Amino acid sequence: MTPMLQITDLVKSFPQPEGGILTVLDVPKLEIEAGEQVALIGQSGGGKTTLLHLIAGLLVPDRGSIRINGTELTRLSEQGRDRFRAGAIGYVFQTFNLLPAFTAIENVRLGMTFGNGMQEPERASELLLRVGLADRERYRPSQLSVGQQQRVAIARAMAGKPKLLLADEPTANVDPGSAETVLNLIRHTCREEHVALLMVTHDMHVASKFDRVEELDEMNRAFTSIDHS
Amino acid sequence: MSLIQIAWRNFCHRSLSSILTTLSLALGVGLVVLVLSIYGVISEAFTRNASVGYNLVVGPKGSPLQLTLNSVFYLSQPIENLPYTEYMEFMTQDQRKAVVDRFGGDPSLAERGGRYAPYLGDGFVIPLALGDYFGEFRVVGTTPDFFEKLRHGPNVDQPFTFSAGRALEEFSPEHSYFEAVVGSRVANQMNVGIGDKFYPTHGDPSGHGHELGFTIVGVMDPTGTPNDRAAFVNLEGFYLMDGHAKPIESEESDEPESDEPESDEPESDEPESDDSDDDAGANVEEDGEKREARPEEYRLLSILQREVTALLVQTDPNNLFFGPAVQNAINEGIRSQAAAPVGEITKLMDLIVGPLRNALLVITLITCFVAAVGILVAIYNSMNDRRRDIAVMRALGARRSTVTAIIVLESMLVAIIGAVLGWILAHAAIAACSSRIEDQTGVQVGFFSTSSNEIWILPLVLALALIAALLPAWSAYRTDVGSNLSA
Repeated sequence: MTPMLQITDLVKSFPQPEGGILTVLDVPKLEIEAGEQVALIGQSGGGKTTLLHLIAGLLVPDRGSIRINGTELTRLSEQGRDRFRAGAIGYVFQTFNLLPAFTAIENVRLGMTFGNGMQEPERASELLLRVGLADRERYRPSQLSVGQQQRVAIARAMAGKPKLLLADEPTANVDPGSAETVLNLIRHTCREEHVALLMVTHDMHVASKFDRVEELDEMNRAFTSIDHS
Repeated sequence: MSLIQIAWRNFCHRSLSSILTTLSLALGVGLVVLVLSIYGVISEAFTRNASVGYNLVVGPKGSPLQLTLNSVFYLSQPIENLPYTEYMEFMTQDQRKAVVDRFGGDPSLAERGGRYAPYLGDGFVIPLALGDYFGEFRVVGTTPDFFEKLRHGPNVDQPFTFSAGRALEEFSPEHSYFEAVVGSRVANQMNVGIGDKFYPTHGDPSGHGHELGFTIVGVMDPTGTPNDRAAFVNLEGFYLMDGHAKPIESEESDEPESDEPESDEPESDEPESDDSDDDAGANVEEDGEKREARPEEYRLLSILQREVTALLVQTDPNNLFFGPAVQNAINEGIRSQAAAPVGEITKLMDLIVGPLRNALLVITLITCFVAAVGILVAIYNSMNDRRRDIAVMRALGARRSTVTAIIVLESMLVAIIGAVLGWILAHAAIAACSSRIEDQTGVQVGFFSTSSNEIWILPLVLALALIAALLPAWSAYRTDVGSNLSA
């Protein structure tokens, strides 16, 4: 069976202001099966977000392979990656990144605008209902609490019916009570929709809830699997 | 959500900036629409004025434009005056004889027909005598033919009509030689009506008033021509006012006159005073008291004492060559000139109004350009705020071209709203001033009165907005997703 995400020999480096090039990521291998939920831990500034950007096709690796649902991402043009991302990948940000000009439901619809959900306009309301914000559809982000904003962000990430959900420390900016809710919501929703989940976190408590945890070593050059099952 | 909805949301989110930018564009567009509309009104007013109902204006030698200005538009000062015998050159022998018999003059004048009479056919000639004012408005001495024979309107087929009263008559038992008809604007501005009497002032609006007054017997309907701004009086009554008789060296008013108009002495600028300043028979002293003269007591001027400022000539409309033939014949002489008013008006339009419109258009287009720069600055300045939004949309799957299109659409929204708002503002202003414009020019305008050039405004504004959007759109296109998501 083909894994949902398959990374092989992935290398990414950035030019440095003072000259020279810094390799921030060198991943020999990472695989996630369809519907599997994996936590990725590592030190701050350790290249975790860079890895998510590479998987989302927002960055291009120096070399290596990223295969998602059988599609080799590194061979796609930028437009192709945009199209693929819109149809196959959901993204939940640490800072939610809701667009302030739009209401909650419009933010969710925005997730469909560029993705697969355009045929199901009622899905936005349904997703907000599932994250417990059916009565906040017309609220703007500034009128929502931090936890509510993150729940809207989760609904938005799921709006395009992704195959893979990337979550970049989604509980880092919410209070502990809400963090539990947000985490459960993400995991539950992914399980319901059979979406593979790769969540970056630095919180071991959060990571401990996942079946599998991958840890980036200090040099960001290898993963160590911690199996909780 | 459609891209236009996303652009609209961005527009609303930055409401203050968006509204101010849109407003500045609306003002620019409004100015352009106003200039075009005003030009349209002026153009139509000129077209109406060009439809004068006659093909020649005859007056003393000088500038044909000045002759047209003072005879057609009642503007500027008359050049000089023509002797009445010039007028008689358009009369048949029978008509000349009747004039000589009635007013007295050289009998030889009745021995031949006028040189230009054969060219009149079904046409006409109407004399004008200018030089007096009623308030700020010109007093025009003329004959009843002015109202009977002249036509106006785009097809030159509309007779003058009256909102009250009737046309003046050469003589009426009621008012003798002193009937007047006023244009619609004169009636409004001077607040006069039927039965009112006015006393023209001599030479300029603040000149001395004549003792003889004219009774208003008619108020004309608005025509959109300069006639709305004139007070017409009976030519005979005009002659009877003091200072309107041409001075003659001999006491004999029926002194033989030369039959050759070219040999007459040059005339003065304005009809000058006779030896006596009194109106010809204006008042009669009886039993120590002054009373108004009875009609039979007025002494009509002899031909030698009469002058006309201009002649409105319509040559035989059945022969198009008569007009140029008469014009050439008159212009070959040394005393008179004949001008084609339509040509002079067109020249005036091309010389003054055209460049003025172009200058105004350039200024207003610069205003639009500045407004477009305003769009650029407003959107470009907001780019720093919206880089994260753009990055988020990119992360949600939006392509570079999509976020670029959203920026361009936002600029287009400002342009469309600004253009429509500007158009509405300008036309509302025009509609608000419509009655005043109609009073002043006779041109009817309303909210939906448009000029043909207005259809170019929206494409032009959209093009400007597109150009203005290029820089911010390029900035959006180049937005780095990774760094802005992490920011």
